[in-house]
Amino acid sequence: MAQAFFGGVHPNDMKAATNEKAIEQLAAPAEVVIPMSMHIGAPCKPIVAVGDHVKIGQRIGEPGGFVSAPIHASVSGTVKAVEPRPSSMGGTVMSVVIENDFQNTVSEEVKPVADPDSLTPEQLTEIVKNAGIVGQGGATFPTHVKISSGLGKVDYVIINAAECEPYITGDHRTMLERPEQVIKGATLLAKCFGVDKVYIGVEANKRNAAEVLNAKIAELKAPVVVEVLHTRYPQGAEKQLCQAISGRQVPSGKLPADAGCCIFNLNTTCAIYRAVYTGMPVVNKIVTVSGSGVIEPKNLECPIGTPISKLFDACGGLKDDTYKLIMGGPMMGMAQYTTDVSVGKGTGCMLAFAGKEEKYVENPQCIRCGKCVGVCPIRLEPVFMYKYLMKGNWEAFRDQLHGMDCIECGACTYTCPARLPLTHAFRMGKQQVNNARMAAKAKADAEKAAAAKKEA
Amino acid sequence: MTDYKNLKLIASSSPHIRSDVNTRSIMLDVIIALLPALAMSVWNFGHWNFRALTMTVVSVISCVFWEWLYRKLLKKPQMIGDLSAVVTGMLLAFVCPVTIPYWMIVLGAFFSIVVVKQLYGGIGCNFLNPALAGRAILVASFAGAMTTWAAADAVIPVFSSTADVVTAATPLKMIGDALGSENIPQTFAELTGKYSVADMFLGKIGGSLGETSALMLLLGGIYLLIRKVISWQIPVAFIGTVAIISLISAPAGVSSVDYMLYSVLGGGLFLGAIFMATDYATSPVTKLGQLIFGIGCGLITCFIRRFGSYPEGVCYSILIMNCTTWLLDKYIRPVIYGAPKKEKKEAAAK
Repeated sequence: MAQAFFGGVHPNDMKAATNEKAIEQLAAPAEVVIPMSMHIGAPCKPIVAVGDHVKIGQRIGEPGGFVSAPIHASVSGTVKAVEPRPSSMGGTVMSVVIENDFQNTVSEEVKPVADPDSLTPEQLTEIVKNAGIVGQGGATFPTHVKISSGLGKVDYVIINAAECEPYITGDHRTMLERPEQVIKGATLLAKCFGVDKVYIGVEANKRNAAEVLNAKIAELKAPVVVEVLHTRYPQGAEKQLCQAISGRQVPSGKLPADAGCCIFNLNTTCAIYRAVYTGMPVVNKIVTVSGSGVIEPKNLECPIGTPISKLFDACGGLKDDTYKLIMGGPMMGMAQYTTDVSVGKGTGCMLAFAGKEEKYVENPQCIRCGKCVGVCPIRLEPVFMYKYLMKGNWEAFRDQLHGMDCIECGACTYTCPARLPLTHAFRMGKQQVNNARMAAKAKADAEKAAAAKKEA
Repeated sequence: MTDYKNLKLIASSSPHIRSDVNTRSIMLDVIIALLPALAMSVWNFGHWNFRALTMTVVSVISCVFWEWLYRKLLKKPQMIGDLSAVVTGMLLAFVCPVTIPYWMIVLGAFFSIVVVKQLYGGIGCNFLNPALAGRAILVASFAGAMTTWAAADAVIPVFSSTADVVTAATPLKMIGDALGSENIPQTFAELTGKYSVADMFLGKIGGSLGETSALMLLLGGIYLLIRKVISWQIPVAFIGTVAIISLISAPAGVSSVDYMLYSVLGGGLFLGAIFMATDYATSPVTKLGQLIFGIGCGLITCFIRRFGSYPEGVCYSILIMNCTTWLLDKYIRPVIYGAPKKEKKEAAAK
């Protein structure tokens, strides 16, 4: 058994609804809406125009910077519109709308690599970059940046298959149904980083998946080790997984690479496998559709850009008293106000909650029980962070209480018996700190410019 | 198919699920944990002592009433549904002698709820334990009634005056009075003859309404530990400190093990350590802080019992440590995940 991380909570995992259901292919939708920003970093620039014909795997969005990832057509058909559409992050995002011709023509650009075994790290990074692979667990950080910034520094390569959020079973099903993709993808990463073995972290509630992987590892004689971890949220958070497997802590404000660890989501690993062995960029996504509002929960594989209403349609629709739609897991997912948003590269789950209203309290009052201190995986003190922020004191939040280290996992809010909106307050607090930093920088720049002008 | 346009959706911030434990369920757990001790004090070995029950009920009703009235008059949202006033009411009754007149506990409830709890902002904001502060003010105001204890087997009327009730010194009072004098071994022998260790453990002794039965309080404490309402740090540190200090400081001529057992089981130590010192609002939030808090409570308890003019020190030790909670919370902070090593060293150097 691997080591433990600090704190953590045990929400009811709710995975029984879908963990025995095979991944189903969603009937291709008549229209997909592909957002030009499905990753952290600069949004893509659309390189197709209305009326263009596109094929599956064809590049339609050019990266807008180094920290960015290209975007490809997920269906073949005609570009119907290039315009802002509702974004799952709120507001709108420039999107390419493709009308499906149902021909499933694959682009000529999609070609497998001739000799996957002799790829250099640079070549692999280039393939990953061109395939538009981003962290598919939800953080959506461009994977090629992660690889290139970790090369030479990393001695622990970890595949994150913890899937610690309740309800989600996509990774679990992938391990059961496509172990070869997982293991071969992991082997590619082992070669790329030049490590003896790659660790796959799996929570103890998915032992059958660990067994399937182990059988595959033995068959392929792959340099991969499966680590069974405690079933505890947030086991799959990057810093916590790093701690559980390597025993190292990521320095405050730094990346896992600074602790010699590089962590890839299971889905990302499979995407790397596909990019190398089939040449197909990221065009599909496995999404668990579940929750009390869904008639028949399922694991669906669908093209990127599928409107979420089509997912719910495929699951028998929603109950009439559905009051919340969540893109992502229940702990960190984003609540959606419309079904017009579409599946992105980081969408692993769509939840609909129906029936009883939330556990909401009109006048939440902290009872100082300290449960939040006990469950914080970063060992922060949410109780005091909250109190300082409510007084508007974000300086103390930042300096004395290390509020900027909060990973927003939601464990404190989950456990708070007084039902305080802790995580929400910390997001706002971090925003305030960032705003203040920007303002200070702008002021300093302006002063510098003024001084330069004076001299001139 | 579903008409997605007609859904009434909430778009709130994550997380979207919450644990089932809330303030009310925690308070309910504390109430449940207090019931065995209450039952014991009613049953009280043969003489059905219903005054213990009526006293508790009066105390609870007055606490809830004062809370309701205060918030009503000041037009604040009503919070009595969280049951915290019920807990305060039960604890206040538990730390008073069963023989005091009812009006006295109503007054104590006023002080506990209005002055100690609500004036500082209500639940979670008070810096002293309301029940203990209420008791302290009653002791200061009515020293006679608050330090007269019915004998363990006394018959206590429910409604009429308790002036004729047979009274007896509590074990701690007997020890306290004799400490420092020549006849301590003699007094101690008298004490052990009067009450066996089993009597002390079961609660067949004189004392405040709910404090006597270590067994029942322990049962409640184990329930609270299992339900994760309290953590072990404060009770274990508190009781452990008192046990160790009394073990090594037994007066000459008295068996140190006996002295330790009678010191730990006599008085309000179990009630204080399990139910009072663990009060959320008035104890530190970190585990290390809680350990220090518990040890501090134990040390001050022993100090007061040994040198103070009161035979019992649990109440004041907790109230004094309550005042240090902000300090313990300010200076004992967890070392965060990934804290730079340099900072750790600096902190150690300081």
